[in-house]
This record gives sequence, C-alpha cells and structure tokens, in this order.
Amino acid sequence: MNLSKAPFHILLAGLACFTLFPNTAQSQQNSKENYTQGVTGTKLKFDMVAIPGGEFMMGSPANEQGRETDEGPQHPVKIDPFWIGKYEVTWDVFEPFVYKDYELTQSNGTVSPEVDAVARPTKPYLDMTFGMGKENHPAVGMTQYNAIQFCKWLYARTGVFYRLPTEAEWEYASKAGTNTAYSFGNNAAALGEHAWYKANSGDETHEVGSKKPNAWGLYDMHGNVAEWTMDQYIPDYYKKFKGKAAANPVAVPDKLYPHVVRGGSFQDEAAALRSANREGSDPDWKRIDPQIPKSNWWFPEAPFVGLRLVRPVNPPSEAEIEAYYNQAPTPDY
Amino acid sequence: MKEFDLNKRREFLKASALLAGGAMLSSIPLAGAYAAGKGTIKIALVGCGGRGTGAAFQALQTKHDVKLVAMADAFRDRLDDSYKPLFEKFGKSKVDVPEGKKFVGFDAYKKAIAEADVVLLATPPGFRPIHFEEAVKQNKHVFMEKPVATDSPGIRSVLATAEEAKKKKLNVVVGLQRRYQKNYREAMKRIEDGALGDITSGQVYWNSGGVWVRPRKPEQTEMEYQMRNWYYFNWLCGDHITEQHIHNIDVANWIKNDYPVSAQGTGSRFLRTGKEYGEIYDNHTVEFIYKDGTVLQSQCRHFEGTDNRVDESFQGTKGRVYLSADNIARLTDYKGNVIYDHAGKGDPNPYQTEHDELFAAIAAGQFKFSDAERGAKSTMTSLLGRYATYSGHEVKWDDALNSNISLMPETFAWDAKPKVLPDANGLYPIAIPGKTKVI
Repeated sequence: MNLSKAPFHILLAGLACFTLFPNTAQSQQNSKENYTQGVTGTKLKFDMVAIPGGEFMMGSPANEQGRETDEGPQHPVKIDPFWIGKYEVTWDVFEPFVYKDYELTQSNGTVSPEVDAVARPTKPYLDMTFGMGKENHPAVGMTQYNAIQFCKWLYARTGVFYRLPTEAEWEYASKAGTNTAYSFGNNAAALGEHAWYKANSGDETHEVGSKKPNAWGLYDMHGNVAEWTMDQYIPDYYKKFKGKAAANPVAVPDKLYPHVVRGGSFQDEAAALRSANREGSDPDWKRIDPQIPKSNWWFPEAPFVGLRLVRPVNPPSEAEIEAYYNQAPTPDY
Repeated sequence: MKEFDLNKRREFLKASALLAGGAMLSSIPLAGAYAAGKGTIKIALVGCGGRGTGAAFQALQTKHDVKLVAMADAFRDRLDDSYKPLFEKFGKSKVDVPEGKKFVGFDAYKKAIAEADVVLLATPPGFRPIHFEEAVKQNKHVFMEKPVATDSPGIRSVLATAEEAKKKKLNVVVGLQRRYQKNYREAMKRIEDGALGDITSGQVYWNSGGVWVRPRKPEQTEMEYQMRNWYYFNWLCGDHITEQHIHNIDVANWIKNDYPVSAQGTGSRFLRTGKEYGEIYDNHTVEFIYKDGTVLQSQCRHFEGTDNRVDESFQGTKGRVYLSADNIARLTDYKGNVIYDHAGKGDPNPYQTEHDELFAAIAAGQFKFSDAERGAKSTMTSLLGRYATYSGHEVKWDDALNSNISLMPETFAWDAKPKVLPDANGLYPIAIPGKTKVI
C-alpha cells in the first residue's frame, strides 16, 4: 500500500499515520510531560503543557466580585488529563493554514495530498490582523468553524488529534488549582503583571507569553485574546449539574450562535478576564461583512477572539475525530 | 497670500461639499422613475454574487417599503445561490421574484432593469459602464458597486451617463462605503474646516494576502472560466489596484478634493505567478501627483505571509491624520496633541448607511446623490496607477482618460473570445514595463 496516496481517512486509522509522520510520534508521549509539537515538513512548532486530570469547582462563588449569573451554581467537575497550548495560537502557525501558497514557502518539500485536501479559509478580504502585528501575536478574528478546520489541518500535518478545549477544560486550566477570581488571586490590581487588558494593552494584541504564566505554566489565559471553546453558550447550563458531579461536561453545539469564548481580551475590563467568566459569540461580530452569505471563516469585527489548542491524552475514535472535523458550516445570513 | 489661498481653498471645498452632501440638491423635486408616495419601491439586482446579495439585503433592510422584483446574473447557479438566502430572510412580501423575473445570461440585465424603480449593479466592474448606461436610459435610480469601469473608454462612458443621470435627477450612490462611514466623515469635516492646514503628503495602503481562485473545469469555455475567475482578468476586474485599492485611493482624492494630474510607479507579478492567477500583478507602488504638487503614495500588494495593512495617513501644514475602516480617525498636531480622536464603537455599518440614505431620498422624492462622477474619477485614478506600473512610464491624467484602448471583448457570448487568451501552457500574457502599451 502506498501510504502517500492513501485516502485521508485510511491514514487516520491505527498507526499508519505515525509512520507517515515519524517526527511527531506522540503516540509514545508520556501524558505527564510537556512537549513541543513540530508542524511536520516545516520549521514551525508550538509548545504543549501537560495538565493532570482532577476535580475542580466550576463557576464562581456567589460573592465573587464582578460575577454574573451565568457562572452559577458553582459545581464540582471531573476532568480527564489533557495537554493544552502553553500560548495562544500565533499567526506564525495559523497563517500557513490560511494561505496554501504561503504554506508551500514554509515547507521543506511538497505538501502531501492529505494536507492539501483540508478545506482552507477563504482569503480574508480585509486585514485580519487589524494592524496589530503578526509575529508572535495571537491569530485573531477566525470563526469557531475556522478554528476547528485549523485543528484538522494540524491533524493532517502531524497525525496528532488537536481540538478546541471544552469550556470545562478551559476553566480548569485557567484556574490551575485555585478557586480565586484570577489564577493569581482575587485582586484585580495585580492583573497588569499577568494580562493584557483594557488598562494596559493600548487597544491591541501583544506578543504571547510576555506576561507572567499561571501556576501550571500557561500564558495569557487572562486577556490578550479571548479564546474559543467547543461549547454552545447556554446561560443556565450549570443548573443541570446541581447536586451532582459532572464528568468532562460539554454543551455540544447545534446552533451557529452563540459559542463560548473564554478569558477576556485586550479590549476588556478586569472583570471579564476572570477564570469563571463566560461570553458568547455574536452575529454582530460579522455585521459589517459585505457579502451574503457572510463568511464562514472570519469575523471582521472580532479582533479580540483567538484560540488555544487542546490534545486529549486519550484520543477519541477515528469516527469521532472525523465527525468533529467534518461538520459542514452553517450558512450565516 | 498664503492665508488668501487657504480661504479660497476652503470656499471651494464648501461648495463641493454641498454638491456632494446634497444640501443644494435636496430641494430639487424628483423626476425619475419613482415619485414620492407612489408606494412600494421596486428594486432589481443585477449581479447576484456575495456582494450583490449583500447589497440587496441592505436595500431590503431599510425602513422603507422596498421590494425585490427581479434578478439578473450571467450564471443561473449564482442567481439561485442569491435568491435562496434573500427569500428565506425576507419572505414573499419583500422578495417577489417569480421564475419569469429571474433573468440569466449576458443580456439579462436589460430585462431586470425594466422591472424596477431602483437597480443594484454589482456584477464584476467591467460590465458597470454598460449596465449603468442602460439603467439611466430606463430612468432608474442606481446603487452601483465600485469600481465603475476597468478601462478608459469605460470611464468616459460612466462620466457621460453620470451627466445624463443628473439631468434626469436620478439618485446614484456608488459603493465607496468610506464616504458613508462616520469616522471618515467626521475627520473630513474637521479637515475641510482647516484642522490640519493644507494637505501636503500622504500614504494609502491595501496590503493583504489576496483573494479566491476558482479552479478551471474541463467543460468551461474560456469566456466562462474568465467570468468565474473575474478577479484575475483586467477587462473584468481592473487588477487589484482598482478592485480593492480604489477605496484608499478615493480617500486620497477626497482629502485633496481633487484628482491627480499624473502618476508614476512600479509593480510586478512576483510571488503569485501561477496560471490560475490570470494576468494581474501582485504588487503596485504608485506616486500620484496633484496639480498643487502634492505627492500621495499608494501601495497595494497580495503577498501571503507578510505584514498586512489597509489604511490611510495624510500630513498637512498643521497636523496629520490616521484613518482606517476599523472606525478609527485620529487627528494630531506635530507636537503630539490630539486634535480629534474618533470614538468609533457602535458606529453605523457604512454598507447599510449607503442604502439607508439612498432609499430615504428616493422615498421622500428627493434628488440627493450623484456619486457617479467621483466614482468614475477615483476609478480613473486607480487605472492611472495601473497604467503607470504596467508601462513603467509617467502617465498624465488627460492622456490616460483619452485612451482608446478598450479591454472589453467584441462580443459577449459563452463561445466568444476575450481579448486576453492563455498560451499553450495555460499562461496569460503579462504586462512588461517598458514594452507594454497601456494608453
């Protein structure tokens, strides 16, 4: 069997993909170890941090300053171990996915047919950096669909299953063992050391990792850009967990709006950066898109939204992976 | 003397602002196709791509009694893709386009225009002069997307039709939406009042990663292939200096309240060289020279992986301004003092404002908008830039405008030949500075 000509879905089965991508044989990865993921065939790479499984209190206590009602009731949640991006995904890694021609210039050889078969974003009509810079800056303005297709592109490139964090995973990672409003405590006055937000950002994104990390070594969980999660935003979602522990909860989306973004951004006030704060995506983020149907790929009015990758220690089945990556976009008009 | 000149300039600006803004025109009763109080304003959409469909959405979202009654496109599939979201969103009461009012092909526009009071022209820009002429001939109000032509004969046609539209008191709005965007309007108001003194230099940019390609299909004729990939063929698109960068070039003309007398520049096809990219360049850098000697620099490129930039900066004798479509307008003096900083959060969507203002005028029976002349002249400015980069020569405005080189095919049919054809390897002839004759 000629692996280079095998259909994408066959490559995903079993170990074949790991022989195809020998530099990234993370099947052997020790789940307790951090690692650096190379983007096969390029010089690009990104860092992943091992997060141990455990239980935490999701949501915020009723007396937390700035708390909103969608953050309660606070309830225990059990989380399986996973890796999460040390940093928000930068344009450096995201842009080769956006532009096929650019990807070619970044590659050591040709781009494999499996990679080439991944749907790419329509090229953005506007400057999607919004003049805020690219190198080491978080990629911004992508839709959740775009973010998931980026994960699919990474999968085709590396053979490793990456996805968006669930809302619960994101909050668990952000709290990093604490139960305070921010990972460093409750005092918003200290936020400037840990986060880019309205008070210090100059209304633009900053290089990732230029503030202090949280206790688990994750940078910019608060601020810089808000980050996509997998979940539908349901304001009273936590009510269903009253009185029982939830295990790896996720509100699987069945509607285009709203999806949950977390962490607040360079545009936000301190309260929006709290670990438990929840925000939903909004059709207004595409209000100014002059095309109908509006772009499946870009939010021309959301320079504040980006993403962070998760890799579960126990990857799902091939069929589940396919189902996750291959959902058709919902037309938006 | 200096002061005198400045005052004179401001008087001129005010007079032209009145003409553009409509205070002088608004008292003129409307004599076009639609009269105030006549009831439903019927619209036809000519060009059913994403932008045309978007324009129809905006027209139907105005607060007036507006109904879409006819649609036209060269391609049936494009028309169907446009009709579906329109009908789903607005329903039969606002989207009443039965099968017999869906017109397909090169001549479809004539039939669709005949059904309406107002036409939305949103085909690739090469067709605009023909469609605009027909709309005005049939006494219709017009919303037309920019750019409005792709060659000099097309510009002259639009200028002539613009005169005709004025005589007939037909409202014409051109989709240079920065003209309808609050941050730009607020900045220009202050600049016209002298906040920056005289504008002496500036820089305008559209640096991005480029746009889509639609792969060739074996059953396509050359005409169909080029129509599907209109962005990469000059008779349809005008090159990206025209199709996209016109926005920023128009802002330069707006702030100078004038058009350049000449241009010189350089451009090439450097990174995007494949046959799927037709004949257009991927970068242009142009100096536009105005009659008072001001040099405005323009830069546009489609380079993937490089810095992006889409904005405008200008310097005056008293200060500078930075403008961008992200609702930014910042005027400062040379000591760093802020003269005006626009608070853009919650500004209206300029694409919607274009239609809100156009349909308000039509519904009230007013003649307020005659954008076609400046739309044509700003399009001409972008063509002047293309002529300069393609030829490698300094090009004078008057020579360029009077050029008789037409890029349009002799006949419009699926089996007709466009003027630019691929060689045996599928590659199209590319303009070579120093050799290519552009005017």
